[in-house]
Amino acid sequence: MSVGYNAMELMVCCAARLLEDGRTAAVGTGVPCAAAMLAQRTHAPNLVILFEAGGIAPQLPTMPISVGDSRAFHRAVMATSMADIMETCQRGLIDYTFLGGAQIDAYGNLNSTQIGGEHPRPKVRLPGSGGANDLASLCWRILVVTNHDRRRFVEKVDFLTTPGYLSGPGAREAAGLPPGSGPYRVITDLAVLGYDDGTKRMRILSLHPGVTLAQVRAATGFELGVREPLTATDPPTSEELRLLREEVDPLRYVIGRH
Amino acid sequence: MDLLSQGEGALFGDPSSNRARQFFADKPRALTDKVMTVREAVGRFVHDGDYFASGGFGCSRIATSVLHEIVRQGKQRLQFAGHTATHDFQILCAGNGLGRGATLAAVDISYVVGLEARGLSPHARRVMESGEVAFTEWSNFTLALRFKAAAMGVPFLPARSLLGTDTFRYSAARAVACPFTGERLALVPALYPDVAVLHVHEADCHGNCRILGTTVSDLDIARAAKRVVVTCERLIPNDEIRRDPSRTVVPFFCVDAVCEVPYGSYPGNMPYEYYSDEEHLRHWLAAEKDCETYRAFLEQYLYGVTDFEEYWQRCGGLSRMQELRRQELLLNRPNGETG
Repeated sequence: MSVGYNAMELMVCCAARLLEDGRTAAVGTGVPCAAAMLAQRTHAPNLVILFEAGGIAPQLPTMPISVGDSRAFHRAVMATSMADIMETCQRGLIDYTFLGGAQIDAYGNLNSTQIGGEHPRPKVRLPGSGGANDLASLCWRILVVTNHDRRRFVEKVDFLTTPGYLSGPGAREAAGLPPGSGPYRVITDLAVLGYDDGTKRMRILSLHPGVTLAQVRAATGFELGVREPLTATDPPTSEELRLLREEVDPLRYVIGRH
Repeated sequence: MDLLSQGEGALFGDPSSNRARQFFADKPRALTDKVMTVREAVGRFVHDGDYFASGGFGCSRIATSVLHEIVRQGKQRLQFAGHTATHDFQILCAGNGLGRGATLAAVDISYVVGLEARGLSPHARRVMESGEVAFTEWSNFTLALRFKAAAMGVPFLPARSLLGTDTFRYSAARAVACPFTGERLALVPALYPDVAVLHVHEADCHGNCRILGTTVSDLDIARAAKRVVVTCERLIPNDEIRRDPSRTVVPFFCVDAVCEVPYGSYPGNMPYEYYSDEEHLRHWLAAEKDCETYRAFLEQYLYGVTDFEEYWQRCGGLSRMQELRRQELLLNRPNGETG
């Protein structure tokens, strides 16, 4: 490795590389926003960014603090409503969305509602769905960016806020969610993961430089398969790092958090 | 349509479009002058036990002055649409759990207790974990659709989200098979708030409103609510509204009160006017960690001031507002570069 980088920088680069040019992505603040901005400056200049509060195709001057703040529609082509953005997702026009959560299970189901206790008396109350349930139901491909540890990667989420593949093959369609949509990639500080086409369970696609398979499995609370051949994640290039540090996140809002 | 499944959450409010029509039948339509103070508007239009909705996006284009006044006047047992709620919810939670009764009694939740990247509100968590507030789960889109159904005057709308999740299970939505295609859909009931508040850029004295930037769910909330209080950065003449009617996004007959409140979204962001005051928001979050510290904080910034202007004067006054305007307009960047 010729240049130094931190785990957050690697995660942003991995996420950016997954976004194809000419596609649409509904993003939130933080890593997803940084990833989309980096993709636009590298291989995907025609990637269209949307924010759920109503911003379409902004030219972001700095990282927004909120998906509803004025940066999220800076020099945008349209400032519209939340229903308009979500209806656009529902019509099938939005390719990617990025989500996070306090917990994720093997099928990519996410919890951002509560930890412990029984609804409606949680031990810890978290914000709830926000737009996550809608975006995960209605966009074509769901990407998740999160740190990798046993607290987050659990056998069963305490509350299924946001749908992944639910209970497995065919479950999304049986529930009524749009066919062909669903979890796509999970990018962590240890690996890039995807889903087995047959079982819809999460599996490892590539290990980050210096990370072992045993280490990833130890940080995961469910049985984790591997796509053969297991590869190594390409480290960030010096150009990716330059763009990320100089243009995308010069104040280190995202890449400073590691 | 056959009912396939049903969320077990409580349904707050009445989704009946006929009963809403009965209310709107008697709503005044005259082009009258509705300008009044925030104190008067809250006193007249926000009642204990009301279902209340707040426009904007949590910390962007929110009607902070009205939220403060609701807490200051000690309004009790409100039901609230926790739709993209962040700092707005944080303010209302100040009326619970601190010895002044309970401003909030029930919440339809899509997003509460968090302030996005700023972290979780310790006091909002205490309130929501206390058991004294009832709540039902939704998502941002489905709550937006509930306002939209009410704005359309129909009792429900279908959505293709929520399905298959615990969010559905603890909602008051229902799943049906579409009578045309057989596709499974989530039906969400219309939400007609008793009272709603919006902060807009410009309004005339009758309540014709202009908003710049994203509208989030405000246009539907203004039409869905039985009573609407509007705060605006600037009052403008009715002639100006008539000069360019394409810019009016809320017509006067939706609106009951108009209050001119400069910096009215502070410490939230107001597009093209001023950016959010992140320093003050951090201070607020930090003060909440301990109840005694929080009581003193609220005494200084909320209970101990007579109105909203005194609040922002205590937060740095005009020079702070000018700094936030420079941040909003990106004037602090080298060479005035705008990205």
